[in-house]
Amino acid sequence: MTARMDNRFAALKAEGRPALITYFMGGDPDFETSLNIMKALPGAGADVIELGMPFSDPMADGPAIQMAGQRALKGGQTLSKTLELARKFREGDNETPIVMMGYYNPIYVYGVDKFLDDAISAGIDGLIVVDLPPEMDDELCIPALAKGINFIRLATPTTDDKRLPAVLKNTSGFVYYVSMNGITGSALPDPSLVSGAVKRIKGHTKLPVCVGFGVKTADHAKAIGAAADGVVVGSAIVAQIAGSLTKDGAAGPDTVAAVSTLVRGLATGVRAARLVAAE
Amino acid sequence: MNQTPQPNSFRSGPDEDGRFGIFGGRFVAETLMPLILDLQGEWEKAKTDPAFQKELADLGAHYIGRPSPLYFAERLTEHLGGAKIYFKREELNHTGSHKINNCIGQILLAKRMGKTRIIAETGAGQHGVASATVAARFGFPCVVYMGATDVERQAPNVFRMKLLGAEVKPVTAGNGTLKDAMNEALRDWVTNVDDTYYLIGTAAGPHPYPEMVRDFQSVIGVEAREQILEAEGRLPDVVIAAVGGGSNAIGIFHPFLDDQEVKIVGVEAGGRGLQGEEHCASITAGTPGVLHGNRTYLLQNEDGQILEGHSISAGLDYPGIGPEHSWLHSIGRVEYVPIMDQEALDAFQLLTRLEGIIPALEPSHALAEVIKRAPKMGKEEIILMNLSGRGDKDIFTVGKILGMEL
Repeated sequence: MTARMDNRFAALKAEGRPALITYFMGGDPDFETSLNIMKALPGAGADVIELGMPFSDPMADGPAIQMAGQRALKGGQTLSKTLELARKFREGDNETPIVMMGYYNPIYVYGVDKFLDDAISAGIDGLIVVDLPPEMDDELCIPALAKGINFIRLATPTTDDKRLPAVLKNTSGFVYYVSMNGITGSALPDPSLVSGAVKRIKGHTKLPVCVGFGVKTADHAKAIGAAADGVVVGSAIVAQIAGSLTKDGAAGPDTVAAVSTLVRGLATGVRAARLVAAE
Repeated sequence: MNQTPQPNSFRSGPDEDGRFGIFGGRFVAETLMPLILDLQGEWEKAKTDPAFQKELADLGAHYIGRPSPLYFAERLTEHLGGAKIYFKREELNHTGSHKINNCIGQILLAKRMGKTRIIAETGAGQHGVASATVAARFGFPCVVYMGATDVERQAPNVFRMKLLGAEVKPVTAGNGTLKDAMNEALRDWVTNVDDTYYLIGTAAGPHPYPEMVRDFQSVIGVEAREQILEAEGRLPDVVIAAVGGGSNAIGIFHPFLDDQEVKIVGVEAGGRGLQGEEHCASITAGTPGVLHGNRTYLLQNEDGQILEGHSISAGLDYPGIGPEHSWLHSIGRVEYVPIMDQEALDAFQLLTRLEGIIPALEPSHALAEVIKRAPKMGKEEIILMNLSGRGDKDIFTVGKILGMEL
């Protein structure tokens, strides 16, 4: 596996706080702005970057991320260009782990082997592919692991104890616990339920367990971060970008700054969520 | 001669992972996976449960009106001057199309699984109407997702669904057609996975849907095979059906797949022509990809983004096709051909005037292929076509195009 992911989680564990994992859509609203957003994330406090790959039919996403994908595609974003974003980012940052997140079809059409080779050379550390459950591991998960790219699986409230081992079997990097049944951008779930679920998953794996879906503010990040090894924020960032655009959907003068401000706030949240020593 | 090796039977798929060759599978979010496995388990049990089969057969006979007739289209045959043309009259079913066959089966499964809410997607509205109908019959609340464009062009069916007590939710994303409705239905399902049953209307989606829908629709081909044997003492030379997602087609094809002497033809929507993007000919002009839970032929660009497509017929306006059709194409058992909007319109009018049957625009595509083939065939030869739905829902669309005052 690429070392960046494990190094980062080890460092955070030493620091005693959860990771802040920030998602944005590659190419939203255009390539250059998107690159500048990505470059600004670590400085604002992001520990891991999730780089969204736009897809025309994002079946598990709510309106905020759907529209981000549409803006990116309209701006000419492709899978090649999303890889290019990572490559350019790596010129100035060889520490922050990058996880590409999206749907399988663009990767399948690009060609799995070619994609994995290009992803490694672009500095990608992990993949989250929403529509590839463990039953479909031969498609991308096994080839990715063989080439040294983490395959990060989603666990959900419907993933019961019987099913968890199958879900965790080929998972590496971290486990992404989707805290509710639903699409991205939903309301924040009850933190106490989340805490129970994280404990349940930790009973099956030594991997860090990060939690997403519904986290929008520093307080949310603090509450969820108290129970998890990481907090994932996506729709809130994407909505922040949307709110900063001009009427015709182009980048506004404050687009990058607006994202930085939000992420700085979230970073205070995770830093306030001191973990009781893990284990 | 180089020939692709052929399987012993064309009717044994899918395998236990839901694959037909490389096609099919279960490409869904983790949230849905446990539910899909439950559904598969319940379906395996129901298949061999005599009580389930009996209830299905009783409702088929007394609620749907099965068997549907096999009709010899005498005047059309005379007019075309070639092969004898038979229609499997699925448009005479309760609710006016083949869609009810599958809905009855799936609502019985939903009941067995203890689900309390039904969701469905619809293009032409035939599946929406059939879903709303069975939901009313079995006392379930029902939400139907329908592309906003389709809501407009299939207004009579929207009204029927509402009368039946369903909530019709227009979907404005994308072009507002069947693909977008399916995305939205999947989003609803992922959110309400505990109490909701997703009643998919076509032979596509994650396993076990393609197999299950095919099995519920195969009653069409099973009956037609018996009926043509009784009427003619032999099997037809050609079987033809229109293909959108492909449920009516797989329903009539499947029982004939191992009859090597029977040529089978699926008709895709050629729209305004295959040169541009204004068609829905996924097999003729598409490439393999993964969408809505299965790998199949899709209309997509070189970056794997799905295209919208176009067809005059809302029921064929889908950029994919059921995975079993993709497989049948890849091994050469079924031939898939495109028919243009205009050809389908001409066929629609011809049948209306010659046989006094107003067909839906979907089977009008199959009919246009019959019109091309029959004159080139001998008078002793037989074509069997699936007349999958009636055209009442399309009269406003057709009227507008023909410039008629309604």
